[in-house]
Amino acid sequence: MTTTIIWTIAIISGLGLLLALTLYLVALRFKVEEDPRIELVEKAMPGANCGGCGFAGCHAFADSAVKAPNLDNHYCPVGGNETMKKVAEILGYEMTEKDPMVAVVRCNGTCSARPRTSEYDGTLSCKVKASLYAGDTGCAYGCLGCGDCVAACKFGAISMDPETGLPVVDEEKCTACGACSKACPKAIIELRKKGPRGMREYVSCVNKDKGPGVKKACASACIGCGICAKTCTHDAIVLENNVAYIDFGKCKLCRECEAMCPTGAIHGVNFPKPIDKDAIKARVQERQKKAREAAAAAAEAAKAVEVAVKPAVDEVKKEESNG
Amino acid sequence: MARRTFSIGGVHPADSKISRGCKLEYLPIPPTVYIALSQHIGAPAKPVVAVGDKVKVGQVLAEPGGFMSAYIHSSVSGTVKSIGPRKDLSGNNQMVVEIAVEGDDWMEDIDRTDTLVTDIPEDPKSIIEKIKLGGVVGLGGATFPTHVKLSPPPGKVCEMLIINGCECEPYLTSDFRTLLEKGEQVVIGTALIKKALGVAKATIAIEDNKLEAIEHIQKVVNDLKSKGPEYSGIEVLSLMKKYPEGGEKQLIDAVMHRQVKSGGLPIDVGAVVDNVCTALAVYEAVQKNKPLIDNSVTVTGECFPKQANLIVRVGTPLNYVIDYLGGVPEEAAKVISGGPMMGKSIANLEAATMKGTGGLLFLTREQTKRMPESNCIRCGKCAEACPMGLEPFLLNRLAKAGDTDALEANAVQDCIMCGCCLYSCPAGIPLLDIISQARGQVMGIMRARAAAAKAAAEAAKASAGSPTAK
Repeated sequence: MTTTIIWTIAIISGLGLLLALTLYLVALRFKVEEDPRIELVEKAMPGANCGGCGFAGCHAFADSAVKAPNLDNHYCPVGGNETMKKVAEILGYEMTEKDPMVAVVRCNGTCSARPRTSEYDGTLSCKVKASLYAGDTGCAYGCLGCGDCVAACKFGAISMDPETGLPVVDEEKCTACGACSKACPKAIIELRKKGPRGMREYVSCVNKDKGPGVKKACASACIGCGICAKTCTHDAIVLENNVAYIDFGKCKLCRECEAMCPTGAIHGVNFPKPIDKDAIKARVQERQKKAREAAAAAAEAAKAVEVAVKPAVDEVKKEESNG
Repeated sequence: MARRTFSIGGVHPADSKISRGCKLEYLPIPPTVYIALSQHIGAPAKPVVAVGDKVKVGQVLAEPGGFMSAYIHSSVSGTVKSIGPRKDLSGNNQMVVEIAVEGDDWMEDIDRTDTLVTDIPEDPKSIIEKIKLGGVVGLGGATFPTHVKLSPPPGKVCEMLIINGCECEPYLTSDFRTLLEKGEQVVIGTALIKKALGVAKATIAIEDNKLEAIEHIQKVVNDLKSKGPEYSGIEVLSLMKKYPEGGEKQLIDAVMHRQVKSGGLPIDVGAVVDNVCTALAVYEAVQKNKPLIDNSVTVTGECFPKQANLIVRVGTPLNYVIDYLGGVPEEAAKVISGGPMMGKSIANLEAATMKGTGGLLFLTREQTKRMPESNCIRCGKCAEACPMGLEPFLLNRLAKAGDTDALEANAVQDCIMCGCCLYSCPAGIPLLDIISQARGQVMGIMRARAAAAKAAAEAAKASAGSPTAK
């Protein structure tokens, strides 16, 4: 009896030792050489595996970052500058700080502003709805309201507002990974600079139709009138395809465009004080009046010079032709 | 004899052809027409008229914008008011030519008499050229430019022409009325296409719920056989009523017992399929010089008091057609362009008809109610019904997961969007909605890949070719 137990223990231990040795030798022979920095970088990452950086996950990002000559094409939007600083430290690279971004929903078409023109009874998916038709309102560019962006967000930062029928971004939770922007078939959601203390100015509409048609479809749409572009003194607004776009790199947050917009399509958020539209309007109009007067005076002066100079020029010309 | 039909899948919806007794009727010309520049598969046509121009009926408005494209003609006489974007029936912008109608002044070279021209031109090329100049496109629904279809790529030989008179979609009757009232023209058109293709055999396939049409066409074919050798080899074939028999691949299976492989074209198995209305348009374009400026549209539905089969000028606003017949009925909840199985629900009644518009169907709330969706019970009814031999339940799951590679491996691109899966699903899962979206996505990926491969091949060729060129 005792010998059986002893033999069993001996054989099992022997087998264990033999297998451990085999495994050790195999591991030694087929060892995959991995840069130890990959693991370090991966540990520094947020670990959300969201794909916001453009790689399949945090490991893929770390792998690529270690092999890259610099960090120009690598940026983790979720971890932001903090994480990137750590990554740069590990790899000994230079790191350029990027402005924090946030997802911005560029549609203003609330249920009251944008009347429904048909009833949609199909599958509740923006992707499917967009493949079927332009949408259940007169606007072919606006939010379809089925919440594909909500489903795409891994951080629970987007929710549908039942009152307006539009998605709302929770700025605290939004990591600017861009998943919602990719999920939106109408390309309404844009990643924009978060701005100082979250203050930013944007055109909340992407409708490319001409004014009258747009107005019929939605009361608060951008009608492409161009007033904002004319008002802006920072050259930050471009009007293209009947829709205005504010370049967040150039915007100085003066809020003049917001005050001047006739349809309320331009939104300013997180400003400490509510906007005083009348005061800004008066200021802008005063400035424009002065500019007009100055232009008129300049034109008058040019004319006067011309009147004085013209006979002399004519005289010269005549002589030339005669000669 | 066993009734012939296609071999796999298919469903049997009630045919509901309530407008089958309504004779073809010409709709009065509307005060304004909106003629779209993209009424066919392929590149949009390029306009050749300018705002303010006076146009006549049959005058060219736009020329083909590429190899796969078609001429667009004015369907009315009047003044071009504008050329610009306008909302189509799904609410998306489309380029249209707006024409304010003045009188009904036709181009001089169009033969407007009713006399039948039975002599078939000798030269196949001249037939194809006339079809091209007439702007004829496939009127079975896909609006594929007919002259492209009739010019098979080198190396491919057509063995049989199939003229599709199945009209398997419930409710629609315009093909049926065309067969009954314009049978001679359809048969002559068949002979013309046959000549253009240089093929010996042609089959006019009709489902057996249209016995009058089968008998009538048989009689017409027998009568015309004496007119010349071009009319021999035309046969009339009765097929068992089953949806989607009018699908190109299904019809080839039913008539020739051949299967078109995944991604293939009918010409790969020696077949060319054209709709009866296309045959009629070919007849008018070749023998009468009349371009494709009107087409037959069935206006129907149980809740619609006045059923009709109308011949409508291309570009007529839909609400003009409906108002002519008494307006949208109170009970109607959905207006569909086409039949109930494959038709598209209309979001904008101000949109205008196009070459391919085949029907306007009014359905009540009761008829369009969606079944409450429940979980898939793996009963396999959808797979049984699918005429392409796909597994819709699997495609649905893969589409929801967004797995485009697996979707492609499971041939989602072969889906013909007939709706048999959705029709047969006892769990009320919107299979078609989800699968057709996924199909579009996968086909986009495949096209992008093909384009990239082509560009790479050309680049390789250019780099390999340059040293030898020197």
